[in-house]
Amino acid sequence: MRHGVARFVTGFLALPVALYLFYVVWPFAQAAGYSLTDWGGYSDSQRFVGLDNYVRLLSDELIRKAFWHNVFFLITVPLFTIALALFLAFLLNVGGREDRAGIRGVFGSAVYKVIFFFPQVLSLVVIAVMWQQIYRTDRQGLINGLLIKLGLGDPENPIAFTADPEPFLGVPAVLWWLLLIAVWSGAGFYMVLFSAAMQSIPKDIYEAALLDGAGRFHTFFRITLPLLRDTISVAWVYLGFIALDMYALVFVMTPSQGGPNHASEIFASVLNFTAFQKGQFGYACAMGVALAIFTILLAAAQLRITRRDRIEF
Amino acid sequence: MSITPENLGDLSRRTLLRRAAAAGLLATPAASLLSACAGSEPSKSDDTGAAKSKDNPFGVKDGSAVKVVIFNGGLGDQWAKEDKVVFNAKHPNITVNMSSTQKIKTEEQPKMATQPSDLVMNSGADMMDRSTLINEGAIEPLDDLLTAPAWDSEGTVADSLLPGTVGDGTQNGKFYVVNVAYTVWGNWYNAALFKKEGWQAPTTWDEFFALAPKIKAKGMAPYVHDAVHGYYPRWGLMASIWKTAGKQVVVDIDNLKENAWKADGVLKALEPWEKLVKDRLLLPGKLDHTQSQQAWLDGKAAFIQVGTWLKNEMSATIPPGFELTLSDYWSNADDKAPKDVFAASGEGFVVPSKAPNKEAAKEFLRAILSKAGSAKFAELTKSLASTKGSGDNVQDSALASANTLMKNGGSELISIKFQDFYADLDKESQNLSEELMAGRLTAQQFVDKMQAAADKVAKDSSIKKQTRTA
Repeated sequence: MRHGVARFVTGFLALPVALYLFYVVWPFAQAAGYSLTDWGGYSDSQRFVGLDNYVRLLSDELIRKAFWHNVFFLITVPLFTIALALFLAFLLNVGGREDRAGIRGVFGSAVYKVIFFFPQVLSLVVIAVMWQQIYRTDRQGLINGLLIKLGLGDPENPIAFTADPEPFLGVPAVLWWLLLIAVWSGAGFYMVLFSAAMQSIPKDIYEAALLDGAGRFHTFFRITLPLLRDTISVAWVYLGFIALDMYALVFVMTPSQGGPNHASEIFASVLNFTAFQKGQFGYACAMGVALAIFTILLAAAQLRITRRDRIEF
Repeated sequence: MSITPENLGDLSRRTLLRRAAAAGLLATPAASLLSACAGSEPSKSDDTGAAKSKDNPFGVKDGSAVKVVIFNGGLGDQWAKEDKVVFNAKHPNITVNMSSTQKIKTEEQPKMATQPSDLVMNSGADMMDRSTLINEGAIEPLDDLLTAPAWDSEGTVADSLLPGTVGDGTQNGKFYVVNVAYTVWGNWYNAALFKKEGWQAPTTWDEFFALAPKIKAKGMAPYVHDAVHGYYPRWGLMASIWKTAGKQVVVDIDNLKENAWKADGVLKALEPWEKLVKDRLLLPGKLDHTQSQQAWLDGKAAFIQVGTWLKNEMSATIPPGFELTLSDYWSNADDKAPKDVFAASGEGFVVPSKAPNKEAAKEFLRAILSKAGSAKFAELTKSLASTKGSGDNVQDSALASANTLMKNGGSELISIKFQDFYADLDKESQNLSEELMAGRLTAQQFVDKMQAAADKVAKDSSIKKQTRTA
């Protein structure tokens, strides 16, 4: 690079980098620092305790429970969201009847695209309020009301949804109900992402497959899926981050923020409780740092496993 | 107000409203009622400098400024503006910079270690944890406020407060938190309906269980409560424990004494609640506070347990002719303290240790607790203030039933401290209360699990222990 250009670029970058360092990187570093202290959050006095907080983390039952709940989301949220998004994107782009116009989506796909994407433009609070009404636990709830009207629900014992800790397939029911919301609200965005990727696949590949007599099933698994590999991999990492968070849904939708009786406790809800209600900021920072390390490792592993030769077209 | 904004407000508000005195974002008292004059006679004080006097017991500097932060929740903030008028009548040369917010912790916590406000109303869902504030030395003991002369009545500030207020604000033997509102809890019913049906409001569990079939026969559930926020059912459970087992048992529980939960009477106190669930006397569904309160107003349930902010919270949807009436939690025949009423002060003000003008903050508290200020508070919020006689001139039937309850009550007020002392026990007791009321725990299991949780806190060296004396 020529000398003048370097100076020019540096000049432009200096301010944003400084801002980034000060407002993003420095707080991260501070949190890591606090995680080695017993700071309570309200005073300027703190004692250095070394790795005590991290040792404590290993034997904390609540954190262990929260960890497994996060793992549940980590597996299910990307799996179901990507599966649903792929299915929808396929139908909207290449799933329609083949005719003289070539490959196209199902009838009315433009309308569906808007409908499926819609949850993405709603704020999470709006989504939560809406689902609170859908999940309402008496006959005024959308689902319970319908079921009771149809004679399928028991008015004396309506579905408790997010207030139900009873295990289903070994996982508290409340987590499954939260999963449904997460998948519903996330699928639209990834549908659009996959649609864009699908549209960049040349049509002649599909046409060649059609000529060879491939049906929708084979087209999808033999052509679309392999060619979307990169996009899906990125989506998986994004959804992994979302699954490790899930805080807003748990906070708004579950009784006692992580209940009933810790049945929906996740990393972030324990962290919030530890920092802001127990007043153990040091310990909470240790949780945050642990979660960050876990997230980074996961993303790295994810991208490494799925790395392959790129197909150019 | 429509349903959505109400719920939106609740989302951000409902983390923990432990000492809620008047919750609900529904009713902001009408500002049009206000007159410019708060009724306090402007006394010509000629304080100069920092000299202490009866009218200026803390030696506030003339010409200084004091920053006051008000929690703008169900009580609104208009009453605080009235206190500013009261304050400035005595101290015209002190500038009061008042701001109000719902995000107390979000806005004030980061400033506590460096440049805090002078006076903070620590209330609402987003409040700073009280034990932590005290343990970290972040707030100032205010014992000298108690011994200072009252603003506009005889005696000291402490003399002018309702019973329990000083105790509620005291921790580790020092007075830290000035609660300005006063709440009474119990079972609410619609007196008009009971009169029409010829039902007698029960005072004991036996009477209630006798009445319950009659209520059910009318297609009504006998009882409903907020099943989403565990501290709602906990009020009832703890009130029963106090009534049945007596005060000392609750003090032992608060002090984490060994086997305190296994003491005589605790299990017996919880058994009627267990029976209430087992006999299916609860309204089906896991409703939250406004949903359950609305269901009660809609006549789906006969009784609901909640505090005196109920009327303020639901004011927009109370049907005409509905007579909100508060009755005491039910007792058993051989209870140790059947007459004691569950009442407490709430909505606490704190003075940060690093506040630049602590004297003025204390002086402002004196103004809030004045006769003139507290009367405005009761008038505007339909809630009692923690100052004696605040509701004397307010006409309101729900408030009147609470007053009657207080007058007929025993010598002691029911008060529970452990949830303020220990965040872990707070959480655990809320969870277990929900479980008991959902029928997933028996009374015996509840007792065992609470004992285990208390033992765990007692053994945890990272948690600073508190002591309750009275």
